[in-house]
Amino acid sequence: MIKDEKMKEIKDSTKKWEETTVDKAISRFPERKKEFKTGSGLKVDRLYTPENVEDLDYENDLGYPGQYPYTRGVQPTMYRGRLWTMRMYAGFATAAESNKRYKYLVEQGSTGLSVAFDLPTQIGYDSDHSLAEGEVGKVGVAIDSLKDMELLFDGIPLDKVSTSMTINAPASVLLAMYIAVAEKQGVSQEKLRGTIQNDILKEYIARGTYIFPTEESMRLITNIFEYCSENVPKWNTISISGYHIREAGSTAAQEVGFTLADGIAYVEAAIKAGLDVDSFAPRLSFFFNAHNDLLEEVAKYRAARRLWARIMKERFGAKNPKSMMLKFHTQTGGSTLTAQQPENNVVRVAIQTLAAVLGGTQSLHTNSKDEALALPSETSVRTALRTQQIVAHESGVTETIDPLAGSYYVEAKTDEIEEKAMEYIKNIDEMGGAPKAIDEGYIQKEIMDAAYNYQKDIESGENIVVGMNKFQAEEEAPKDLLKVDPAVGEMQKDRIKALKEERDNEAVSDKLENLRKACESDENVMPYIIDAVKEYATLGEICGVMREIFGEYEQAVML
Amino acid sequence: MDRPIRVLVAKPGLDGHDRGAKVIARALRDASMEVIYTGLRQTPEQIVAAAIQEDVDVVAMSILSGAHNHLFPKVVKLFKEEGVEDVLVIGGGVIPDDDIPGLKEAGIAEVFTPGTPTTKTIEFIKNNLKK
Repeated sequence: MIKDEKMKEIKDSTKKWEETTVDKAISRFPERKKEFKTGSGLKVDRLYTPENVEDLDYENDLGYPGQYPYTRGVQPTMYRGRLWTMRMYAGFATAAESNKRYKYLVEQGSTGLSVAFDLPTQIGYDSDHSLAEGEVGKVGVAIDSLKDMELLFDGIPLDKVSTSMTINAPASVLLAMYIAVAEKQGVSQEKLRGTIQNDILKEYIARGTYIFPTEESMRLITNIFEYCSENVPKWNTISISGYHIREAGSTAAQEVGFTLADGIAYVEAAIKAGLDVDSFAPRLSFFFNAHNDLLEEVAKYRAARRLWARIMKERFGAKNPKSMMLKFHTQTGGSTLTAQQPENNVVRVAIQTLAAVLGGTQSLHTNSKDEALALPSETSVRTALRTQQIVAHESGVTETIDPLAGSYYVEAKTDEIEEKAMEYIKNIDEMGGAPKAIDEGYIQKEIMDAAYNYQKDIESGENIVVGMNKFQAEEEAPKDLLKVDPAVGEMQKDRIKALKEERDNEAVSDKLENLRKACESDENVMPYIIDAVKEYATLGEICGVMREIFGEYEQAVML
Repeated sequence: MDRPIRVLVAKPGLDGHDRGAKVIARALRDASMEVIYTGLRQTPEQIVAAAIQEDVDVVAMSILSGAHNHLFPKVVKLFKEEGVEDVLVIGGGVIPDDDIPGLKEAGIAEVFTPGTPTTKTIEFIKNNLKK
């Protein structure tokens, strides 16, 4: 971008500045550290100049918002047109209790719903299963059948809201229930907007709520791609997630590399199943973390966008621009929050919100200050939502597009993260793709190494976490934490018992039998799951049939 | 004791958050202990059986899902039923302060909450072995 002659001049004067001004200053006041690093351990130089972005080709590497390679954003006007969706992840106890929280969030200005399910639901067990004991309603809402789903969305018009559901292994079943509830509300499925997480590979890697083996899981995922492209065209069929990979301890570059490697695996599986890339790729979406190193995070989102666009165009030959756009949801980093002095977490979340917004996110969940201690209370959720609203309406960063572009530092880090992510993808390709790399434990081990190094840096004091390993204070135990009523488990059990007495059990058996046959064949299972949920077959019954046919995933245990 | 301390690091229940368990496992190993990690989704029965089979001195459990009040005490109870009294049982995770006295009363020797340095856990184990 800068003429050769001018560049030489800049290089010379930078050198001169270092040898004179800087050296003199350092001899009197040494710098705070020998080496400076980003939150993820990338080296940080003292100063970034045009020299660091010498090879940057504006038109090819950055371009324009809404145009390939989308480095500067996927929409032409970004937040000048419409702000991101403020989507607060919530759900606990019973469907009725969670429904109240959703209505409260919408009242407070939340613009999208995001459903958290409890662990038994996520792993395909009904609340009355022995393994569900102690877990019902704890980390999310318990959904056993369409009955619960009807209560969950009671009074919420499904043609008006967009709903994100954090559900993976049994994503097909919860999507089927959502479609069925909409139908009861008189809303046809082509009108439904929302997202299912449906990303099994990162469950194997980092999050742990898998059920079925890899191949069968990939089949369910491609069945959903196919069904939705024909019937639920506005639905995001997957949210390929780096969030949990980062929470498990990865670096920012690993978050991008491993997530896009998972993305590549889904695209390959769908193509192999006979789908045309442009028929499903526009509905792929992504989900990233926001940590505290503001500028590194911004660079990360920009790098991810550019890299995915290039992969889709060059590797998969996508023609539809929408197939090349990396749209993403962001959640602030739960693992960055401290149990000590929890009010400090409000500040961390504000920085992370800025990172997500300056990075061009399409939707955002902000964590509440008390999440290192318990599920968030209503007031702390409100503050978290207000944080987004303050950034949206008071900070000014939304008024122009991608305002950090052209920063020598941010562009240099964008390049560096893209390059490192590409290296991980190359390694994974050489192993035969993400599913193989997971089976071999490569991805898990890389993450674990990074997590352990991070912990060691904290214990040595190299990394400072305010309030935790420095600036500690004596404090009283926090009050007003949310407690899930332990009676929820019993209540859900009673509901299942009543349901099984009142539904048409013969019809349920028939539908489950049809599903079993579909699972054994290579037919798309989605229509059969929808038929079964409409007869009030429970989640556990449906997943039970699939468990019998598909078997269960066995985790590679490693340290 | 002339052999290294043996520890079973376990993830009871359905919770999939294993960063803490794995970090602790590595830290204990670096502190010259022998560590066996169970992997995810272990029932209390499986944990007790593994602990007895591996003849461990310590069982260190981690739960971030809120099921600790149900699952931690169950492990201690099963040890008692098996007549095993000399295994040190500790726990960690996202556990509200209010729950800690009850867990200790149920026989969990110590509960480590987020932000605890691994060195503190290591010290605790060394000073509180029952064998």
